[in-house]
Amino acid sequence: MGGLTLLLVIMLIVANKKLYVFEDPRIDVVNDLLPQANCGACGKPGCRPFAEALVSGELLPGKCSVNSEEGQVAIAEYLGVSLGAEEKQVARLACAGGKNVAINRANYHGLDSCRGAALISGGEKGCFYGCLGHGDCKVVCDFDAIHLNEHGLPVIDVDKCTACGDCVEACPKALLSIQPLSHHLWVACKNLEFGDQVLEDCEVGCTACGKCAVDASDGLIAMEHQLPVIQYGKAVQNREAIDRCASGAIVWWDKDKGPQRGKESRKIIRKGEKRVGLS
Amino acid sequence: MQLLNLLFNRHHDTFQHGIHPPEHKEDTRDMAIRQFSFAPVVVLPLVQHIGAPSQAVVREGQEVSRGQLLATAGGYVSVPVHAPVSGTIRKIANVPSASGKMVPGIFLEAFPFSGQEVMEGTPVDLDTASPEEILKGVQDAGIVGLGGAAFPTHVKLKVPDDKHCEVLLLNGVECEPFLTTDHRVMLEQAEDIYMGVRYLLKATGAKRAIIGIEANKQNAADHLNAHLPKDLPLEVKVVPVKYPQGSEKMLITSTLGLEVPSGGLPIDVGVVVVNVATTAEIGRLLPHGQGIQERVVTITGPGVKKKGNYLIPIGTPLRYVLEEVGVEDNISEVYLGGPMMGMAVSNLDISITKGTSGILVFTDKEVKKQQKVYPCIKCGACVEACPMFLNPSQLGILAKNEAYQEMADHHNLMDCFECGSCSYECPSHIPLVQQFRIAKSMVRKRKSKAHAN
Repeated sequence: MGGLTLLLVIMLIVANKKLYVFEDPRIDVVNDLLPQANCGACGKPGCRPFAEALVSGELLPGKCSVNSEEGQVAIAEYLGVSLGAEEKQVARLACAGGKNVAINRANYHGLDSCRGAALISGGEKGCFYGCLGHGDCKVVCDFDAIHLNEHGLPVIDVDKCTACGDCVEACPKALLSIQPLSHHLWVACKNLEFGDQVLEDCEVGCTACGKCAVDASDGLIAMEHQLPVIQYGKAVQNREAIDRCASGAIVWWDKDKGPQRGKESRKIIRKGEKRVGLS
Repeated sequence: MQLLNLLFNRHHDTFQHGIHPPEHKEDTRDMAIRQFSFAPVVVLPLVQHIGAPSQAVVREGQEVSRGQLLATAGGYVSVPVHAPVSGTIRKIANVPSASGKMVPGIFLEAFPFSGQEVMEGTPVDLDTASPEEILKGVQDAGIVGLGGAAFPTHVKLKVPDDKHCEVLLLNGVECEPFLTTDHRVMLEQAEDIYMGVRYLLKATGAKRAIIGIEANKQNAADHLNAHLPKDLPLEVKVVPVKYPQGSEKMLITSTLGLEVPSGGLPIDVGVVVVNVATTAEIGRLLPHGQGIQERVVTITGPGVKKKGNYLIPIGTPLRYVLEEVGVEDNISEVYLGGPMMGMAVSNLDISITKGTSGILVFTDKEVKKQQKVYPCIKCGACVEACPMFLNPSQLGILAKNEAYQEMADHHNLMDCFECGSCSYECPSHIPLVQQFRIAKSMVRKRKSKAHAN
């Protein structure tokens, strides 16, 4: 028995020497400094592949949006690379049609899931483009950054959101997107129809009147497919652009106060659900 | 071998597994097809089929007559759209569709005195036309699978160069409860079906044709047999009643004893399957070069006052149809298609399209409100029901954990054709098919995303 043990020990020692693969010890150190969320926001499958990319110099520590600033600085100092700080990005919803302003055409019974409802003739909502409010984005969020407000619309916690993009994939109506915080002007509507056809279904929908495009600084807003499209970076974002919007579909995003509607936008005082004769 | 056959159930003339839902066909199966009136405005979506949208060739304000071409095919997998009624083009704009998306469409206002006569086109002559010309004729007639899937028929009929079509299989099964459109078509349009078979045999190069009919439509089978022309190699095969026999893969197993490989098409085993109503439409339209303007729709269900099988112009708004036939005050759910694979509609402003085979209306009494979903008790009822031999129980557990890729890679999720047998049998009321549809849509989305990168 002792001989067999000795033989196996020798085999293990030989194997350990022969099959040894060198791995940069810095990868383990960097890996320990990462948050281990494995969210994929950096574009790598998880934290350890990201650590390998950091050590090889492919990416910079600032790419990890989950890590605290101290953590990023610690990695940068350890590796002797620049921080590569990037602007904070968050997920943002392009719909404001909560239950108090948007109507449902039908009642939905079944799996409590946006995607499930969307596959049954587009879901119960009057607006074909709007948020269904079953919270697929909330379920998929690993960071507890999304909750549904009293009108059934997802609200994204700017501090908790790491811009990993899981909610963007989960939304069947493609209403969520990752946006830098510096994008203040924001169109909270995706309805491609115009005029009364929009207002019939939702009080805060974009009717494609084009006032915002006129009031915005030169070249900032273009009207495409009955919606304003904001050309960030091409011109200065000016807050006056939202003031004449009658339905309040274009908003000014403030980091602390959330979406701010224009001065002349329709005031929404209804608290409960907006109901009409269901057809 | 005999024992093996016995063991594997091969001696029956049908596929294995499947379910027996109540049929509910007695209300409408003896009612002759009736012409439906023209709606004041018909709304024609340009996406009535699977594939690229049709391209409108008319302008707003133009006057068109019944049967005139309104939109051409937007590609190979696409079909044209014809005017179902004489009138004026009011608007070309987005219209709501049954799939829940806004799609491009044409609003056609009917002349108050519009008649039934249809514009004639260039005929496709059966004797002189080549197979390619027949396929072109089928596409030009705007014909899609009228059984419900609405897949362009000429694409289905095109036999790839390396394959060979042995048998043309006509699908007259109509296994969906409530629906009786194909039943009536077989009883009333036998001549058109025979004519269509001749065209299809020439187009596919098949030597013989078989028509599969379920045993609950024995009178249709007898009728087709009695009037069968001597020179037509068509065989009428009556198969036992079982759902989902109308799925083409199941029907091939039932009538020919062949199994289509996973992920394959019927042509892989030398078969082309076409619905009987589609065949009748080909037989009626091609000799006149006309386009499809109307289709037979079964309107039934406890909420309908004037049940029946109606010949409805394509594009008639659903709301107008329901007003014409009359519905009870307490209607609660409206379905397009049958109760098993049909779709509940969320909007009555959509219109009847080429793929609409039935309209079902249920009242408060029949519709159970939100059944409680219990955990899976692993009874295996769904496994016994699944005609594709999948394991819905296991798939359901994976779907709950959102392991969509694993479902596709290791559990053949993509073979599921959403017949609903598993959900129907599940004693815990788990919405299995809905979960699978979500899973399939996610797998497809990720695949196209990976493809784009």
